[in-house]
Amino acid sequence: MKKPIKIKPLNFSGDFKYAPAPEGKEHIQLKEKYSLFINGKFVAPSSKKYFDTINPSTEKKIASIADANAADVNLAVKAARTAYDKTWSKMPASERGKYLYRIARIIQEKARELAVIESMDGGKPIRESRDIDVPLAAAHFFYYAGWADKLDYAFPGKKASPIGVAGQIIPWNFPLLMAAWKIAPALACGNTVVLKPAETTPLTALKLAEIFQEAELPPGVVNIITGAGATGAALVNHPGIDKIAFTGSTDVGKLIQKAIAGTNKKYTLELGGKAANIIFEDAAIDQAVEGIINGIFFNQGHVCCAGSRLFVQEGVAKEVVRKLKDRISTLLVGDPMDKNTDIGAINSKEQLSKIKSLVNAGIKEGGECWQPECSIPSKGYWFRPTLFMNVAQSHRIVQEEIFGPVLAIQTFRTVEEVIEKANNTPYGLSGGVWTDKGAKIFNVTGKMKAGVVWANTYNKFDPTSPFGGYKESGMGREGGLHGLMPYVKLS
Amino acid sequence: MATKTASKVKAKVKVTAKSAVKSAIKIKPTSANGSTNGHAVTTSRLDVRKTYKIYIDGKFPRTESGRIYPLKDAAGNIIANICRGSRKDLRESIVSNRKAQSGWSSKSAYNRGQILYRIAETLESRKVQFVDILTKQGDTAASAKKEVDSAIDNLVYYAGWCDKYIQVFSSVNPVESSHFNFSYPEPTGVVTVMAPMKQGLLGIVNLIAPMIIGGNVCTVFASEKYPMTAVDFAEVLNASDVPGGVVNIITGLQKEFIGHASSHMDVNAILFSDLDQAQRKLIQENASLNVKRVLDFSKEDMLSPYRILAAQEIKTTWHPVGN
Repeated sequence: MKKPIKIKPLNFSGDFKYAPAPEGKEHIQLKEKYSLFINGKFVAPSSKKYFDTINPSTEKKIASIADANAADVNLAVKAARTAYDKTWSKMPASERGKYLYRIARIIQEKARELAVIESMDGGKPIRESRDIDVPLAAAHFFYYAGWADKLDYAFPGKKASPIGVAGQIIPWNFPLLMAAWKIAPALACGNTVVLKPAETTPLTALKLAEIFQEAELPPGVVNIITGAGATGAALVNHPGIDKIAFTGSTDVGKLIQKAIAGTNKKYTLELGGKAANIIFEDAAIDQAVEGIINGIFFNQGHVCCAGSRLFVQEGVAKEVVRKLKDRISTLLVGDPMDKNTDIGAINSKEQLSKIKSLVNAGIKEGGECWQPECSIPSKGYWFRPTLFMNVAQSHRIVQEEIFGPVLAIQTFRTVEEVIEKANNTPYGLSGGVWTDKGAKIFNVTGKMKAGVVWANTYNKFDPTSPFGGYKESGMGREGGLHGLMPYVKLS
Repeated sequence: MATKTASKVKAKVKVTAKSAVKSAIKIKPTSANGSTNGHAVTTSRLDVRKTYKIYIDGKFPRTESGRIYPLKDAAGNIIANICRGSRKDLRESIVSNRKAQSGWSSKSAYNRGQILYRIAETLESRKVQFVDILTKQGDTAASAKKEVDSAIDNLVYYAGWCDKYIQVFSSVNPVESSHFNFSYPEPTGVVTVMAPMKQGLLGIVNLIAPMIIGGNVCTVFASEKYPMTAVDFAEVLNASDVPGGVVNIITGLQKEFIGHASSHMDVNAILFSDLDQAQRKLIQENASLNVKRVLDFSKEDMLSPYRILAAQEIKTTWHPVGN
């Protein structure tokens, strides 16, 4: 009789250490103080107030940022309106496109600087900002540049015309990329923009403003106003705005939808998520484990489409959990500027306390919490990658968006059961399926109520690929052909 | 025994009916409830009045509330007692909608298209009835005829889109990585529909056809002025192989429904075409409770695949390519 093979637990606390591999910062150019970008110029805020943007991995101040009040918002909207009426909507579409191509090219040229600033300001690993955020931002401008003079082919039977002035509010998790997702299609369709970046991550948007100057984009076509919630509210409620595009939490999205009730403002919302990542017994397990890790720990889990609910088919549950723990034990949590870092800093103190409180709720509700024994720096905001086992559908950590590196694991037996569980959420942004069977992929992805579904991969983005949610995850799409629709009037 | 009793009863009814006709004829036509109920009065027999009920889950129950409102003609005569539906009816209707949705949307496009076409066929065969009932509710015969013709033609128009709109609005996306990436529309789900006050038949058809052709299911709140047409149209749906729960029709006072139809948490979208500013505002405020899609068709082309697209969600799938 054969002896059962004993699986030795892997030991990661040995002598093997990575040498530090920090990305250089000496080449970046940052001002000490940033004012508002209105009508092609940087202007001081009428509030005269500034706030600090800090590096979440060191808690040190990087720069002072202008706090725009309603009067500043008004100036920005007026500049956008004038630019819309006099310049942008009158310009031949092919010329509009050429400006966007220019912007794409300059982003590519300044890619490294932008990546470094992104990681300093937001805390994400340099590997991610360098390989994902910045190249994708450039690609978005390049993609939509080409649409500018081809809109007649995008909407069969209809003539597309611009809407007017778009007010755009973006989150702190992908600051530059979200700015690109919002600005590129809006400009391509002939609209002008007032953009408000998140208060914790305004720097790359302001660097983008400098790029617009360098590209000689006509003044007022894009205006960038910085500030917190009050600035955003002033923008949403400004009567001169024709369209609101918002990416952020479902709670704020609902407030916006309510605030503009009774107006003729158009709106698109890209809100929260609680995505199901489903792994079947016939999946390539090691590949799936990598995908699950990427699905939840990418960008510290600050991803609206993060695969935060893992569903494992019972037969492989033990193996998957063991391999997940092993793999998580090798993840490096620490300095975002280090090229070896897997998990960077949590974006802000507020977000860190939100993650902590939800994790505590998970423990109180009876979930089994597991974290690796990795070291974390003493300064800055950090949270270890976390697994929750023995959780139920009703648990808060299964229902609520955590927006952090926390994965809730549940098991299932049949396809019907897992689809029922996967769809049992008010959200519907994304999902993942891991299986070796193509037929099963089409079956399961077809039944998931979610706007983006990845099969045998996760957290992949592309400018040609539409992104956006069902149900309370929002409405409208960004990216691809379908991403034009929110920025046009059809007649 | 049983037969004997039955025939006796029948005979009794006949006698009563005859005398009733006589007495009915004596009553002045202006008096209350001197109803013609959609049918001509003859001196030879008493017309059989139709009880107008609501339509939920393929059945015709009375409103749970037990309330009615009188529908009057231009002269102020009551022509029917109409169910004044309640919030409870709405809730039951949404439960039935939700149950029906996945079955309806998973039917083949060809099949759904044929069912839509079947509605048109059934309506065509009942044209006289609909012209008659629209006239009873105040339309001229000419406009009623035009409206019924349009309703039938529009149903045929949308029936034809069933297996085409997905082709028109889908895309294969040339992503950089090794994936087959495609996007296509899927139904939003359960849609509450505030039928316009005017055009009792066409108003409903123009709103629901683009919804159900796209795999959505609806609860329609009928026009207060044309409830009889709405209920008669429910009978058409019922006779046209439209599964129960795909379209439910509730009569009553729209102002009692707007709040609930827009705030119900298991409704995905709300559709209307002729509401005033205050009503639109209320709907949008309530819609924010669960990020409902608010669909205003007042300015949309009546015949357009973009009406179908309005209640669709684009799903994008990343399918692996490899060995």
